[in-house]
Amino acid sequence: METRFKIKRFNPEKDEKSYWGEYDVEVEPTDRVLDGLHLIKWYQDGTLTLRRSCGHGICGSDAMVINGVNRLACKVLIKDLGKSITVEPMRGFRVIKDLVVDMKGFFEKYRSIKPYLITDTPPPEKERLQSPEERERFDGSTKCILCGACTTACPSFWADKEYVGPAAIVQAHRFLMDSRDEGKKVRLEILGDREGVWRCRTIFNCIEACPRDIDVAGAIADVKRAILFNKS
Amino acid sequence: MKINMEVRNSGREKPRDSRFELYAWLFMRFSGVLLIGLALGHLVIMHLINNVDIIDYDFVAARYATPFWRIYDLILLLLALLHGLNGMRTIVDDYVHPRLWRRVSLSLLYSFGFIFTVVGSYTILAFQPK
Ligand code: FES
Repeated sequence: METRFKIKRFNPEKDEKSYWGEYDVEVEPTDRVLDGLHLIKWYQDGTLTLRRSCGHGICGSDAMVINGVNRLACKVLIKDLGKSITVEPMRGFRVIKDLVVDMKGFFEKYRSIKPYLITDTPPPEKERLQSPEERERFDGSTKCILCGACTTACPSFWADKEYVGPAAIVQAHRFLMDSRDEGKKVRLEILGDREGVWRCRTIFNCIEACPRDIDVAGAIADVKRAILFNKS
Repeated sequence: MKINMEVRNSGREKPRDSRFELYAWLFMRFSGVLLIGLALGHLVIMHLINNVDIIDYDFVAARYATPFWRIYDLILLLLALLHGLNGMRTIVDDYVHPRLWRRVSLSLLYSFGFIFTVVGSYTILAFQPK
């Protein structure tokens, strides 16, 4: 089937402004958007620049705006979109080239919530044990692949680039709700601050954007509750 | 050997460890719920049952003869002002980034908030029917 791709192109070395490039591609309906982009890059215009690695919705490197919504190009089938597909880089990040955006700030925020197990107590003889129920509490947030789709769908983040953003909060949630973690105080300090969870206005764009179906807003609500009822 | 796991905070402002944002957020929730009742009550009494043609000095004087309506109005005034003020503060925080402009907008906001609070409260509390 013939599909028309409209892609927002930008080459900082040549272009003052971004422009729309149009490409007609012969694809199978069961192809993914990523396949379409590959066909364009390999056979029509080699300068088209994009990020991808796994091609199977695991690495989180190919999040982009597809027909107006944040999606992983490797997870959307062309037959679900029809004959015309628009592809843009994620909003709210600086565009480096075409579909590649600068995610430095994004990962800085990720690091700021200290995304690793923090413990004060000496390690036990064997592993630190956890019951299935305790594990269940942060099951959703372990699914995050840090693609940035939620954060760049968030109007609070568009307005204020200092906001830690939903992705970092989900990552913090993963450790905050972990019964083995003892770093709650430092994490909640960062999340309870002006650029922390209170910036969230429960707009719910993040939930719609998440390619892993994480209940992002629910995780944020959990963190708000943790700050509210945190006694330590 | 103890490994230092401290990762640099990547240039972000050090959190101030204050619960202000938490309280502001909670206040918005509670005042919002209260305001629905208070503001609707005010609207029904002052604009639906009565209206500006009926409401005159005697009407107000009669209302303010007992403390009930004064307290009602005072709570309504303070909650609405603070609720609105905090909403505006949030918007400034969200959208006004240059330092100077942020200072100017917040100063203006707080000054007007203060003036309205004082003038409003004074009117409610100091009103003496002749
Ligand atoms: S390429 Fe890895 S998530 Fe799409």
